Amino acid sequence: MESIPALLGAGLLNALQPVNLMMIVLGCAIGLMVGTMPGLGSVNGVAILLPVTFLVPPTAAIIFLAAIYYGAMYGGAISSISLGIPGCSTAVATVFDGRSLAKTGRADRALTAAALASFIGGTISVVLFTLFAPPLAAFALRFGPPEEFALMVLAFSTFIGLGGNDVPKTIFSILIGLVLASVGLDIISGQPRLIFGDISGFLHGVNFLVLAIGVYGIGEMLWTLESTKGKVMVHKVRLSLASMRSNLMDLRSYLGTTALGGLVGYFVGTLPAAGATPASLMSYGLARTFSKKPETFGTGNVAGVAAPEAANNAASTGSMLPMITLGIPGSPTTAILLGGMIIWGLRPGPLLFSEHPDFVWGLIGSLYIANAVTLLINLACIPVFLRVLSVPFTILAPVIYILCVVGGYAPTQTMHDVWLMFAFGIAGYLLRKLNYPVAPVVLAIVLGPLAERSLRQSLLASQGDMMIFVERPISGFCIFCAFALMSYPLLRKLRRRKTN
Amino acid sequence: MTTRTAELLMAVACALLSVAFMVKSAELHIGWVEGRGPGAGAWPFWLSGGMLAASLVTLWRWWRRATPESRSRKSYLARDQAPAVGISAGAILFLLAATHLVGIYAALVLFLLFYLRFIGRHSWQLSLALTFAVPALIFCLFEWALKIPLPKSITEPLFYPVYELIY
Repeated sequence: MESIPALLGAGLLNALQPVNLMMIVLGCAIGLMVGTMPGLGSVNGVAILLPVTFLVPPTAAIIFLAAIYYGAMYGGAISSISLGIPGCSTAVATVFDGRSLAKTGRADRALTAAALASFIGGTISVVLFTLFAPPLAAFALRFGPPEEFALMVLAFSTFIGLGGNDVPKTIFSILIGLVLASVGLDIISGQPRLIFGDISGFLHGVNFLVLAIGVYGIGEMLWTLESTKGKVMVHKVRLSLASMRSNLMDLRSYLGTTALGGLVGYFVGTLPAAGATPASLMSYGLARTFSKKPETFGTGNVAGVAAPEAANNAASTGSMLPMITLGIPGSPTTAILLGGMIIWGLRPGPLLFSEHPDFVWGLIGSLYIANAVTLLINLACIPVFLRVLSVPFTILAPVIYILCVVGGYAPTQTMHDVWLMFAFGIAGYLLRKLNYPVAPVVLAIVLGPLAERSLRQSLLASQGDMMIFVERPISGFCIFCAFALMSYPLLRKLRRRKTN
Repeated sequence: MTTRTAELLMAVACALLSVAFMVKSAELHIGWVEGRGPGAGAWPFWLSGGMLAASLVTLWRWWRRATPESRSRKSYLARDQAPAVGISAGAILFLLAATHLVGIYAALVLFLLFYLRFIGRHSWQLSLALTFAVPALIFCLFEWALKIPLPKSITEPLFYPVYELIY
């Protein structure tokens, strides 16, 4: 087997091929714009634009989507700082100090810090990804159906244990996602399942993209419309070369915080239920704890911008680690990327490294390049993105609705799926208002067919004995961890009651 | 409607949906099939059973006022927010219904004109420019570049000359 530097070198060369490089630049620019817009984040951009990638080869397609993911993480900071509205949930923590800096006329300092911290956090994360991915994939080669199923149970249990949402509602969200994934023809017997009203459109199942576009496109836009009433105010930002240079020199004051944010972001990002939002909040909390002047946080401390921005970028790469190596997405965005890979005929998981090394290492190489490209685009185009922010919501919203409708039609080319997408959008919006988490539904619909197949294969091998999941060491360990995670909210509640 | 009432209605709807899934799954084998393992209906049946249990727990928690939503007397959809959300949802509904009748491109023109001119209150020039530019871009991207034909219904014959140019 070739060494990591040799494979990485080949991956970088692959990523630098004209088509792939163009996809990186395009993806980063679109991602930045998507992330900048209030109410839209990487998951919306990736879900809505996935059908567009059918035009290019799989490697270029995943590079494009990963670049959108990456760019959106940078972009979220722009609206957090200049509008005081996080472009996406991952940039919530950036508002605390970013907005304060903008109010005192130092928005340029905050934006530069966000760009540099994102770059450093992203770089730390990509290096860790490169080092951890091959051994983890090699280890995962030992996995059979019981281990695969146990691992999926573990992924779902993180939503219950660490998601921080209402537990019964989270369980409902996971289960409905799995049930929706089972609509259509049974994977083993070929019998039609859950075909309500004999509607033939259900025979091809519920496409994950239809659900993702509905929930994250239509549902999210309705949510934004409700929370902002379509009115957003841009905070003016003045930029000059001299101020830019001084802002770049400022890096020394928050380098340590940024590095810490990168490390926290990477490791939190690898957990399926955690992702970039808790990573950025955790990193902000740690930065304040270790700061010599914790009282300045929230009043315009530039480290308070750098810490969450480094973490959310690092988390985006971190969440790709379980997706690529184990076939378990670390975030809703990577769940959609995983679904895309299945559409392109690739099976994410340990075999991907041996069967499609060009694809995997091309993706890893593209992350290094996307990181640098996004920094350059970000620093050079901040004024352009601020202009994008001034596009009225009443222009943005109909264009996004149209992209959702066309995007919902493209995968299967039936109006049935477009109606389904609309229904999911409305249901997602109504459920979200009542604190039903929507991310587990997307994750579950992507993993549903794989989970069912591995469960049925395992049970067939054991003649229906459920102990197969406990007796094998790796699956037993995963099931033990899953139960520990699932019981964590209950234990926390009991402890709180005891303390009171 | 208060958030508390909405929580109750949603939990009941979720429970009913779970029962519907269970009944539908039970039309197939939900037990062990010799040589094939679990029947085709087993997986969705037991998952739907779990959904039902989760919905019943939510109902129980609603009754005990254990969730913030079950205690909230706030309006589920505030009066000042409802029109904006309702009009947007209605406009998308119109777009989908019109797509069946007159095809997607004519529907897009009507949808954009309505949204930009009457909801957004943008100028006629801007509204008209975007009303025709956006469908044109969608056509170029999906039909020309991606070769994905979008539904055109009765307007299909109008596109024959364009097909001759692009295919």
